[in-house]
Amino acid sequence: MSGGVDSAVAAARAVEAGHEVVGVHLALSRMPGTLRTGSRGCCTVEDAMDARRAANVIGIPFYVWDLSEQFAERVVDDFVSEYRAGRTPNPCMRCNERIKFAALLEKALALGFDALCTGHYASIVTGPDGSRQLHRASAWAKDQSYVLGVLTAQQLQHALFPLGQTPSKELVRAEAARRGLSVAAKPDSHDICFIPDGDTRGWLAERVPQEPGAVVDREGVRVGTHSGALGYTVGQRRGLHLGAPAPDGRPRFVLEIRPARNEVVVGPQEALAVAQLAGAAYSWAGAEPEGGWAGFDCEVQIRAHAEPVPARAWLARRAGLPARPGQLPGTAEAGGPAGGAGAELVIEPQEPLLGVAAGQTAVLYAGTRVLGQCTIDRTISADALLAGAGAQRV
Amino acid sequence: MVGDSDRTVYLDHAATTPMRPEAAEAYLRAASVVGNPSSIHAAGQRARETMEQAREQLAQALDCDPVEVVFTSGGTEAVNLAVKGLFWSAGPLRRAVVLPAGEHHATIDAVEWLVAQQGAEAVELPLDATGAPSAAQLAHELDARPGEVALVSALLANNELGSLAPAEAIVAAAAARGVPVHLDAVAAFGHVPLSFRALRAAGSPAAEEGRARRGAPGAPGAGEAGLAALSVSGHKVGGPIGSGALVVARGADPTPLLHGGGQQRSLRSGTEDVAAAAAFAAAATAAVAQLQAEAVRLSELVRRLWAGIVRAVPDAVLNGPPLDGPRVPGILNVAFPGADGEGLLYLLDSAGVAVSTGSACQAGVARPSHVLLALGREEAQARSALRLSLGWSSSEEDVDAFLAALPQAVVGARR
Repeated sequence: MSGGVDSAVAAARAVEAGHEVVGVHLALSRMPGTLRTGSRGCCTVEDAMDARRAANVIGIPFYVWDLSEQFAERVVDDFVSEYRAGRTPNPCMRCNERIKFAALLEKALALGFDALCTGHYASIVTGPDGSRQLHRASAWAKDQSYVLGVLTAQQLQHALFPLGQTPSKELVRAEAARRGLSVAAKPDSHDICFIPDGDTRGWLAERVPQEPGAVVDREGVRVGTHSGALGYTVGQRRGLHLGAPAPDGRPRFVLEIRPARNEVVVGPQEALAVAQLAGAAYSWAGAEPEGGWAGFDCEVQIRAHAEPVPARAWLARRAGLPARPGQLPGTAEAGGPAGGAGAELVIEPQEPLLGVAAGQTAVLYAGTRVLGQCTIDRTISADALLAGAGAQRV
Repeated sequence: MVGDSDRTVYLDHAATTPMRPEAAEAYLRAASVVGNPSSIHAAGQRARETMEQAREQLAQALDCDPVEVVFTSGGTEAVNLAVKGLFWSAGPLRRAVVLPAGEHHATIDAVEWLVAQQGAEAVELPLDATGAPSAAQLAHELDARPGEVALVSALLANNELGSLAPAEAIVAAAAARGVPVHLDAVAAFGHVPLSFRALRAAGSPAAEEGRARRGAPGAPGAGEAGLAALSVSGHKVGGPIGSGALVVARGADPTPLLHGGGQQRSLRSGTEDVAAAAAFAAAATAAVAQLQAEAVRLSELVRRLWAGIVRAVPDAVLNGPPLDGPRVPGILNVAFPGADGEGLLYLLDSAGVAVSTGSACQAGVARPSHVLLALGREEAQARSALRLSLGWSSSEEDVDAFLAALPQAVVGARR
């Protein structure tokens, strides 16, 4: 129970469904702030208090469990090291994968619980063979199946999402008010919970020192100077301060960050269009799709609220594939067939995708059903693929 | 079901102990009468009479003079008044505060604040294996800082381990060096014999000498050498939460935290809580009257508890002083190697048994005990410990109910 309205209503519904429910608030920060500022944060004393009061109203026992150590190692440190490697990390996804449905679920199972119930908007459907499938919530606008795409069959076996079939958040708020829960009108949290002021760039800049370096074009010719490669985002156009225009006079965009060389690569917009993407850290949300190696049709979604795009996906062998940085034992990768040695999941969208960066998660869907996901290791631009896949962006 | 007090086996008396019937009765009686003890009229005089009776009663329980008793809102306020007040009144040359490791957070955080905001220097004394500081170490630290120490503050009894500090030797060592002492007796009062007068006397021959060394009264920093203050709390002896007291020796002059109407020697301004004082005094009187018999009874219960624990969990480790020596009779701190204290607490709680893992933060997170860390335990060891504490309402049935629930809880918390 985060202290928000969704988990409070989820807990109340689980009680009504006849489950024996215990409320747990996760302490994820070692130095929790004392008061909430604005709507942000899921680690504050005020949020713990809100969760406790909701549990009181629902009439269930309540505990605060300290997972701050695991959170610091598996989510916060990972966030920094991914960023340092020039990738675009998704800490909420890592938290679901490594904290909520790993460290917390393991602890709960050990203590005799059967399932973890959360306020996520997603649905679990039992398939014809009795296996559990993860589906989008019926309220598409609130759907959170993307951030749950990392869950494996085993984790889904112990997951309960009572809000999945609720048509809208407004109804959840109304239900909370009807139940006498004081969090009914509490604003949603949107930011990264461990960056309470919402200034992600500033937070990262304090932890990862940055130095000026070269801005180069795709041929490696220096075309300008940047203030620190990690401060740039793939797809960024403004703030490059290149001085002279490109020879063809067209605008230039950030194509790639090369942290090892402290370089920012720029080029034309069409070079941003990604025709193929691949990642070795993949997992299946349930059974592995048929034709995994031969290829299967699906839709791919690359951000929490991006439109899914029709795609073809397949598993491929890659000799000498290195383990993904930050990959940890005991996390979801170890639970399923994920990250099989030397294998990677390759995804080819029907239309090239814009704004794709390494580190992001590509979630595969078949209609409303989540098939699985991979963390993107590399992308291949449409023009490079046409030119014979010679210039992979790693 | 949690919160069902009828079925709760309560083994957390050191957190707070149920209010004694005589305290509740005294509270209700005093609270139902109007009157501000500072008012001059008859109603005020009646309130003042109840107030001063409570002061006399508590002074008797503490073996001090009534004028030395300053009622506060609890142990934390008493400790803060002593630590900050004695630091402030010590003058600009005395900036060091000497305290053992593993003190209560009321002391630690007050001293940390003085260090961060007021230019204080904290000097920490190590604890021995049982959790007690050494007077020789104290003497050593004081000798290294002649004229620089504002005060020594030490727990008389450690609230997590039940260990006892060598209070008389501490007072004597400080008195001989002209340094005032504050003893935090919150966990000791009502549980082990305690006499403010006797503790002060432990320093008096030395204090004469110290006073000579230190200069005339009125010279900078010349406060009360030896035992200057001693803090106690109401709800640890069966009084109400929100009541406490600081015993302040006549010659000691801590700077007050609160300024206002000048009540209680101007050391604690604010209208006195007559009902809380009356209830605290009643509870303290009962606790002290029963102390000897209770010590025998609780020691036996704790031995039964420990024997049962060792039978069920042979590798359980006793933290703190041995059971056969001097200690707070009702406190037992046990580590269950390989178990997670948070999980143990949850499983025992769901079985209707209330215990403690040490301290919890404001959000409710169980923290590894800083006292066990001060004893040199690893964090995982500290996290595997439970503090069990028995009190005036504890029975053999409570002990047996805990022992019945323990094996399954340990299995679950070790998974």
